[in-house]
Amino acid sequence: MNTQTASFLKLHNISVEYPCPKKASLCVVNQLSLELEKGEIGCLLGVSGCGKTTILRAIAGFEPLRSGEIWLAGRKLSSATQQVAPEQREVGMMFQDYALFPHLSVERNVGFGLRRHTKAERAKRVDEMLELVGLQAERKRYPHELSGGQQQRVALARALAPSPSLLLLDEPFSNLDVDTRERLAFEVRDILKQAGLTAILVTHNQAEAFAIADRIGVMEQGQIVQWGSPRALHEQPVNAFVADFIRHEALLTQRTQALMRDQADLSLDVPE
Amino acid sequence: MHSQTQIGRFWLLAAACITLVVLAPVLTLAIHALQGSTEHWQHLLDYVLPHAMQTTLLLLLGVGVVVSLLGVGSAWLMTAYDFPSRRILGWALLLPLAVPTYIVAFAYQDILHPIGPVQGVLRELLGYSSPREFRLPDVRSLGGAIILLGLVLYPYVYLSTRAMFATQSASLLEAGRILGASQRSVFFRVALPMARPAIAVGLSLALLETLNDIGASEFLGVQTLTVSIYTTWVTRSDLSGAAQIALAMLVLVIALIVLERYGRRFQGYSQNQRSRSMQPNRLTGASAAFAMFLGWLPVLLGFIVPALYLLAESYKYLHLTGAVSEQLLASAWNTLYIALITTGVTLSLALVVAWASRSARQSQVQGWQRLLKLSTLGYAIPGTVLALGLLLPFVWIDNVLEDLISVFVDRAPQLLLMGSTSALVIAYCIRFLAIGIGSVESGLARIPPSVEQASRLLGETPGGTLRRVHLPLLRPALGAAALLIFVDTMKELPATLLLRPMNFETLATWLYAEAARGTYEEGAIAALAIVVAGLIPVILLARAQFARHS
Repeated sequence: MNTQTASFLKLHNISVEYPCPKKASLCVVNQLSLELEKGEIGCLLGVSGCGKTTILRAIAGFEPLRSGEIWLAGRKLSSATQQVAPEQREVGMMFQDYALFPHLSVERNVGFGLRRHTKAERAKRVDEMLELVGLQAERKRYPHELSGGQQQRVALARALAPSPSLLLLDEPFSNLDVDTRERLAFEVRDILKQAGLTAILVTHNQAEAFAIADRIGVMEQGQIVQWGSPRALHEQPVNAFVADFIRHEALLTQRTQALMRDQADLSLDVPE
Repeated sequence: MHSQTQIGRFWLLAAACITLVVLAPVLTLAIHALQGSTEHWQHLLDYVLPHAMQTTLLLLLGVGVVVSLLGVGSAWLMTAYDFPSRRILGWALLLPLAVPTYIVAFAYQDILHPIGPVQGVLRELLGYSSPREFRLPDVRSLGGAIILLGLVLYPYVYLSTRAMFATQSASLLEAGRILGASQRSVFFRVALPMARPAIAVGLSLALLETLNDIGASEFLGVQTLTVSIYTTWVTRSDLSGAAQIALAMLVLVIALIVLERYGRRFQGYSQNQRSRSMQPNRLTGASAAFAMFLGWLPVLLGFIVPALYLLAESYKYLHLTGAVSEQLLASAWNTLYIALITTGVTLSLALVVAWASRSARQSQVQGWQRLLKLSTLGYAIPGTVLALGLLLPFVWIDNVLEDLISVFVDRAPQLLLMGSTSALVIAYCIRFLAIGIGSVESGLARIPPSVEQASRLLGETPGGTLRRVHLPLLRPALGAAALLIFVDTMKELPATLLLRPMNFETLATWLYAEAARGTYEEGAIAALAIVVAGLIPVILLARAQFARHS
């Protein structure tokens, strides 16, 4: 074994190009490195366009690397010259729009990745997954018949079913309303911990990051500015940007919540 | 690892081959026309081309005016006014699409014949006793052709323009009214200029159809370029001459494609899906009756009259003979099976091209994308030109095949392509590939990329993803495309006439032969069968439109 595989997931000096929002040119993730231990939940936190989703897509095998290497469980997944096909990576992903197959029922969505299992094994695994996310009653339903929160849980169950080595979550809660979001963030953390999974989450929402992650990386313009535990980020921000970002976000969240409370109060005052 | 890119390359190569096959006829024509003797060219330039070109341009101009007036007029009527029967009229206006140009000419030639029903009744009413004393202007003329073609081709303009009017925001028109413009001047100053791109798209499609037409022009005695190609080739066996006329025709085709592309480029600029569409003005009394008259007139003339005529004639014939002839049944069977084969082959090829150009777009290979775009040009090549361009490569391939096979067998089969229906199927595929590619591409565009990526991360290969995710999701789009291709193949006349094997008749060529011989016996039945089949996609289209607009 190589010394580079000490950690379970290791991104070593990777550079990736991606299309910039609002600009014609290409942005770059430049010489980025990070490591994650088995069973840990990492989180990339940053504003849109900072390159965090690009990193997820590079781990999944959808973006070629310009330089650097990605290692998972002692296996080299990507380098500048070679790339393991996405379907051979044993990486699961939960997409921002959930990407459920609209023509398949809940149980067949969850069973999609279990083709190499026997029929009985597949049925058993689907049962387990549906029980884990609490959707046994909805198994025959189709995605469009489900609420946003239910769709999200189907997506999670589907991604977990083939027992991936690593789970990627791309803005998993952004399509949900504020209340559901907070409840589900804790729920998802419980499910991941219960399954003993290693996962990376990408979000622009600081509250989500703090609710779920063991390690958080604050990103700016294709760079990780600080990589550490939530506590470390709070207590010892490495620079003004991190401090600002976290405080600013926290302030904003409080303000929105306050605003929404006010609005709710106002709407109650309106005579019918 | 590398297999992934290899598979991608395989798709691209396959799609590029298909594109080359589509372009082959045009390239062949160009080469052949340049090689042809200048003697012929001089003859053509002196006698045939100027006249045929002039006739064709006049026909295009006339049909252009008629379809624009009918198409834009009916679209505005349906958008701005409400009157009894409006909802039915909304889809009834599409019905003439089910009547191919050669059938409307076939029907009216008989209906308006000097000793036919209409003129007979007119003479009776006016008190004349013989056609020599009174007759209507002859329908067998350029003017007749313009009106008849206009009557069945206006729905192209109606469709695109009405969709455009419907997506125009009502507030724009209301802003016009508030600024002091009348309903009429809002139409000319706001609605019409904004709809110009949509009109250009509909108009170019209608005019391409006009260029493609051979039956109507020939029945009505109008010497267009298409007819000249046919006679130069079939009657005078002058292939280079025909190829030279075909090249002249391609110039017109390119002009029409440019018109269409212009339209499509600007079509986006008023598509604001969220905007509220215009509230139609409710009409009553005389003005409502007048609106109904205006709206129903094109439906009556373009569909109801010819369809009733065909129905009556078919009934009369069946009543007389009690059964249809063996030959008609055989040509119906031929039509059915060749249309089915064409549909299957065309859809499969369309899937390959659409899939490859999607991969090319994802990996951002500009050159490939542009090359693959060319594969949709077949729809614009008139059937006669296409057949002519395919003839030479086919004969060449047949010779090569014969030589190859004769190495192994004593008596090698001759004319493997031209002697069988394969030549026809290839020609149809080239012409209708655009329908398939268009449907598959718009179907694929509706599948988010994340769905494909999800399948890959769940362990499925690209091929497996196509089979388990894309194909099931594409099923409605493929079904609609299959229907359109099937019906268009059934209706196709010009290429079929030139490329069919000996003694192989489809319903369309059967009808053509009957009309050419002047024996109208079973032609009506064949025509009726084509119109009825043509109605199915029109009804589906109408239902889709109806659901969107009302």
